[in-house]
Amino acid sequence: MTPELKGFVLVAVVKTAAVFTFLMLLVAYSTLLERWIASWMQDRIGPNRAGPKGLFQPIADGLKNLLKEEVIPDGANKVFFVIAPAISLMAALIIPLTIPWAAPIPLEFDMTLPVLGRFVHHGATPATVTVLPIGFLWVLAISSVGVYGIALGGWASNNKYSLLGGLRATAQMVSYEVAMGLSVIPVLLLVGNVSFVEIVSVQQQGPFSWLALPLALSAFIFLVSGFAETNRVPFDMPEAESELVAGYHTEYSAMKFSAFMIGEFTGMVTISMMFVTLFLGGWDIPFTHWDEAGGMLQVVATAGVFFVKMLFFLFLFMWIRWTLPRFRYDQLMALGWKIFIPMGLAYILYIAVALWLVDGPLGAASTALRFGLLFLFNIPVLVLVFRVLDRGRLIRGVSVHLPASASRPARAV
Amino acid sequence: MAIGVKVMQRPGREASYMRATLKGMALTFRHLFRRKVTMQYPEERSTETWTLSPRWRGTHRMLTDEQGRSKCVACGLCPQICPANCIKLVPGEDEEGNRYPLIYEIDEFRCVFCGYCQEVCPEEAIHVGVHYENAEYERGRFVYDLERLSAQTHPVSSLWDPTDPRGE
Ligand code: SF4
Ligand code: SF4
Repeated sequence: MTPELKGFVLVAVVKTAAVFTFLMLLVAYSTLLERWIASWMQDRIGPNRAGPKGLFQPIADGLKNLLKEEVIPDGANKVFFVIAPAISLMAALIIPLTIPWAAPIPLEFDMTLPVLGRFVHHGATPATVTVLPIGFLWVLAISSVGVYGIALGGWASNNKYSLLGGLRATAQMVSYEVAMGLSVIPVLLLVGNVSFVEIVSVQQQGPFSWLALPLALSAFIFLVSGFAETNRVPFDMPEAESELVAGYHTEYSAMKFSAFMIGEFTGMVTISMMFVTLFLGGWDIPFTHWDEAGGMLQVVATAGVFFVKMLFFLFLFMWIRWTLPRFRYDQLMALGWKIFIPMGLAYILYIAVALWLVDGPLGAASTALRFGLLFLFNIPVLVLVFRVLDRGRLIRGVSVHLPASASRPARAV
Repeated sequence: MAIGVKVMQRPGREASYMRATLKGMALTFRHLFRRKVTMQYPEERSTETWTLSPRWRGTHRMLTDEQGRSKCVACGLCPQICPANCIKLVPGEDEEGNRYPLIYEIDEFRCVFCGYCQEVCPEEAIHVGVHYENAEYERGRFVYDLERLSAQTHPVSSLWDPTDPRGE
């Protein structure tokens, strides 16, 4: 191996280890955060016994889950039963590796280690484990693998509740994947690239260039589809404890159950990271170009900013969870297929036309002007969706509108 | 009788899901900072808004006289009235003709904590107690014998008083 290759491998390994550790810690602590927020919103105190203020709770939970008995039901398909949580965990863990979480790291070293030899590395390293040119296409592809874990787990358990949960998960994730895919196409139209690094660099260009403004409806659809993708309330039909016991992981115990849970929480982290990267400027610090100058301080600051933005969305996930009741299944499917998919398609068309107008006849010279004009184009869409369509049409209420004659007393039985 | 079907008038066209969601979120957010109502149980057993009622009927306690003997005269009224039939009483008599319980056991698992035994006792001997920490490692330990009943120190229940039904 040449010293350059060795340097590259070293950097890659260190980055992978760092991101993985960070993710696992974040996931562990987001379980604690979830329980805290749940209890605070219900006027309770929440976990506060393990360690100071309950901060060791995730460690206690993890240890407990490691030491518990693993139950594999008699009628279960052993092979699939065991690999299902692994699939779902792996698919969830692979995605965040492609997302840039800070400004490029200026890294120069030329060192000789005792046994391994000489390591050389030059130039800035992007602060992401791997720079994938296919960007969010990769994310869309891998996130559909995650559904295999859930569907397989539900089927292999040989339990009707698990199976129903698995089927629901499949239907739901497949349909919302379409909506999610459609909602990122406007990003592609505007940026002209699917790579996360490119998308972030476009959003750095000036104030108000975060894509959440010029592509507001996309951001909304993406966020809601993200909730559905991760099976979080109000879309947690696969678990639906009031109907399905615990859905697809009814039969799972100990660490395998934990694997599903880690998968779910990693999914939340991923969606938050993706939303921040696609629509909220990634690691960009707004109103300044200082963060692009390069340097170690900038790396730390931008990583911090990225973390704060992501944390807000994690909080949003939990906030919504403890606010909204679960949808009915038909509402969920109707929202996906009848609302979001046509809406996403129409929005692609609209943005395409708007972009043509902005770049062509209106001739916007600067990026700021271009994005500003696009935002103006968005206002009528937002008004249409949130003021007109939302009136009892987006989500159907539970009332059955009986004809007048049906309201007379029914016959005695 | 005909069954009337009540048709709920629900908001249809005018209801906005987004607005309702945002309203709900504002509400839950406000609750984040509300005063918490949790009582930290083992450290904190009563607060100014919550204490155990003096009428609480918990596990029993047998009162004793100055010599440390139980006040029970083995009259047999409490096993008689006990609806759960969980009091076991074997009476005995000493040289002076005083009756006392040879065996007095209450099976706290079968007890329904009605408090009749306390109400009926002519000697004010057996009482239900204001007490609720009863965990044991074995089932057998839930049959309280006379010695154990007499050794209890928790306060005894002041039962429901018909002349003061609300406890004022
Ligand atoms: S409280 Fe009621 S059930 Fe319990 S021992 Fe006394 S009389 Fe029996
Ligand atoms: S009613 Fe009182 S005195 Fe009579 S047996 Fe029961 S405890 Fe003893």
